[in-house]
Amino acid sequence: MSGKYEAVIGLEVHVELNTKSKIFCSCPTEFGKEPNTQVCPVCLGLPGVLPVLNEEAVRKAVQAALALNCEITSYAKFDRKNYFYPDLPKAYQISQYDLPLARNGWIELSGGKRIGIRRVHLEEDAGKLVHQGDITSAAFSFADYNRCGVPLIEIVSEPDIRDPEEARDYLTRLKGILQHIGVSDCRMEEGSLRVDANVSVRPVGSREFGTRTELKNIGSFRAVYRGLSYEIERQSKLLDRGEPVIQETRHWDEQNGVTRSLRGKEEAQDYRYFPEPDLVPLQLDPDWVEEIRRTLPELPEARKARFVREYGLPEYDADVLVSSPPIANFYEECVRLFGEPKTVSNWVMGELFRLLNDSGMEPEELKLRPSELVSLLKMTREGVVSGKIAKDVFEQMFRTGEDPESIVKKHNLVQISDKSALEPLVLQVIAENPKVVDDYKSGKKQAFAFLVGQVMKATKGRANPAVVNELLHKRLD
Amino acid sequence: MEHTLSLEEVRHVARLARLVFKPEEEEMFRQQLSRILDHVQRLNELDTSRVQPTFHVVPLKNVMRRDETRPCLPRDEVLANAPDAQGGFFRVPKITEG
Repeated sequence: MSGKYEAVIGLEVHVELNTKSKIFCSCPTEFGKEPNTQVCPVCLGLPGVLPVLNEEAVRKAVQAALALNCEITSYAKFDRKNYFYPDLPKAYQISQYDLPLARNGWIELSGGKRIGIRRVHLEEDAGKLVHQGDITSAAFSFADYNRCGVPLIEIVSEPDIRDPEEARDYLTRLKGILQHIGVSDCRMEEGSLRVDANVSVRPVGSREFGTRTELKNIGSFRAVYRGLSYEIERQSKLLDRGEPVIQETRHWDEQNGVTRSLRGKEEAQDYRYFPEPDLVPLQLDPDWVEEIRRTLPELPEARKARFVREYGLPEYDADVLVSSPPIANFYEECVRLFGEPKTVSNWVMGELFRLLNDSGMEPEELKLRPSELVSLLKMTREGVVSGKIAKDVFEQMFRTGEDPESIVKKHNLVQISDKSALEPLVLQVIAENPKVVDDYKSGKKQAFAFLVGQVMKATKGRANPAVVNELLHKRLD
Repeated sequence: MEHTLSLEEVRHVARLARLVFKPEEEEMFRQQLSRILDHVQRLNELDTSRVQPTFHVVPLKNVMRRDETRPCLPRDEVLANAPDAQGGFFRVPKITEG
């Protein structure tokens, strides 16, 4: 984007709560079951049924709202949002319209900027439509209602976000908070966390909002970043040419990296909300809400402060580690077993993050156990393997799930610290590199490192560098 | 107060309900719906200044159940009344979102 415009972004995030049963009936919420095996007359919307609210869904929604610094409203109600689409057998979704569960929260970004949260409300999820072959040419939709009625919270931000990076930061923090309090597993690939983004641009300095578009079909935080960047660029170019931005919903096309207009939507959405007559209002007991507030698990900010205090970590390390609860838990367990908090932090933030990144894996998919990394760290500390070899071993552990002992044994990676084994190699390297040896003797200190490197190379990285250093010095000085 | 719906309003409501009317039906519904609205409009003649707003007619609040699962409906029963089904799914005409 040229410097002429600034973006105004608001995010709507839907999160599935991890209750055992659905929000208004007793069907289980498990993911990945055979189609239409987790349904009953209530979630199928058969006539004559009565939805009854799941208390745990309310508790988890309140936990989430409090963790997001919201006020819990004194009077909330449910409403019917009417629309015809085969993912909803009732032809309406039970949601909350004008009196949501919670309002006025915020999330603090890395730089300290606060992004407002307008509201958090409870609603039911819809079913899933499956298509055979290409969706555009398919004649039929296949409806699976297992997901229909799974409890959702919708978290609506204020339009306080100004660029795609802030959007990603907001989402990372939101996910971290929700995972820390344990109300959702927040798996975007399984649809338990979904993001819609509203975005507009306006001339820098302007106070009015431009016309916004809504981005849907965003499958990852990276896609949020890319989709918003594309849309900001597209809208800026329109404004540059003096053309209007059309208020519409646009689909993010991940493969081609573009957003596309959804045609055939001449009529403005009209959901004809009205109060759900089958559900009575919520007037939560303030004592109950306070009890939930008091018993909230440690939130990322507090955990970060504790990491700095307890483990003596730099703020930066602590911030990165707590951004993902599975990582933070992994880290703490390693430190408990091994000590040396900074060593562990270096491994987690360096090697582990690199491998997760390369494999495109989410931290929650990590199979590696803390005890396995700790075995490797102990082998390094005791000099069984060199630091360099340890990194290779770690990569193999990560990819194959094998424990470090068997990898080291199988590939014969034990560090060579035995002087009598290294001595001949040292002599050979000296003999083969007379010029480098002369350089060293005439004062070029960096020539020494080259000679150490040659011995390491000859042992495929297994030589103990300290011993090699000692032997070389003995021969050359 | 006389409440008269326009034909355009009737068409809008019909579209939202996915209904298609013939012109003479549109006129019929315009008249009938107008009369219904006029009738309901009479409520506005009541003095409600001393009545608390209410969203629900039943004097109940916070009715909740425990988070426990119960057996679901067997799938053959789930699909028994479906106009069309295949492979455990309900089969419906594809509809573009909007």
